[in-house]
Amino acid sequence: MVDKSKIAQQFIKALPHSAALGMEFISLEDGTAGLAMDYDERFIGDPETKVISGGAVSALLDTCCGAAVLTHPKAPARTATMDLRIDYMRGAEPGQRISAFAEVYHMTRSVAFVRARAFDDDMENPVATATGAFTMEHK
Amino acid sequence: MSRPRPEPVQVVKQRRDAVLKALVSNIPYYSFMGFQFDRRGDEVTAIMPYNDSLIGNPMLPALHGGASAAFLEATALIVLSWSTLWEDMESGALSLDELEEGKLPRLPKTIDFSVDYLRTGLPRDSYARATLNRSGRRYASVFVEAWQDQRSRPYVQATGHFLMPQRQDSA
Repeated sequence: MVDKSKIAQQFIKALPHSAALGMEFISLEDGTAGLAMDYDERFIGDPETKVISGGAVSALLDTCCGAAVLTHPKAPARTATMDLRIDYMRGAEPGQRISAFAEVYHMTRSVAFVRARAFDDDMENPVATATGAFTMEHK
Repeated sequence: MSRPRPEPVQVVKQRRDAVLKALVSNIPYYSFMGFQFDRRGDEVTAIMPYNDSLIGNPMLPALHGGASAAFLEATALIVLSWSTLWEDMESGALSLDELEEGKLPRLPKTIDFSVDYLRTGLPRDSYARATLNRSGRRYASVFVEAWQDQRSRPYVQATGHFLMPQRQDSA
């Protein structure tokens, strides 16, 4: 039996930028992915409020969307972000871990359409949401 | 007929560089990412020097899309803040001493950010410039693009909307 979570953590370690931001998988299943990132003072974007930079949240959402594409039953050999739109609903609460959840809601031979949401401890109100189109690169 | 004597060049440069530095150096994430900001007159060029930790796909290798998005957002935010500070900075209404003590003007907040990945980000330095589509009292729309080797071949571009900080004197 293959240990999925071990593969997932190795996948992240193989992505230097995701590893640098300390991302860890929560879940990986058939076109969906859950990915989390701990609060880190080095990621602060607003020194006055200590809120994490939107850029770090973008990186989390982008990685999460890409991972969802790769776990899809019809996954391509490789994928790359074509476009990604992020809506920032509110600042993430300082000190809290940020969790992102992505799903592929439609896939063609050429394109994967993905959406994702990111939360802090308050799982009712997203910190940010994303929608994107990803390339399908077949071997 | 006489106009006031222009300020000495070093005074002008020192003031502008100090304001830009104060704006940027207090943001931990920008230091973490290694972002730099180069100024020529009022034009700001952001630089993301290459670093192995910016890689997203080690096989190609290619820059992480998230790193590029973060770079564009930082550029948009700094250029937008910088442009709103320009007038107060040049008129002397902005106190340099206060800025250097860390009393910074509030930053705009990102409402949304839409990134268009045009080409693979290569493992080398990136540069970005932003232009303001509209900069209003409450909202702003900013276009930003980044390139690597050739200015005419951007590898990623974005449009973002921002909520402007409310000025203290209007409260």
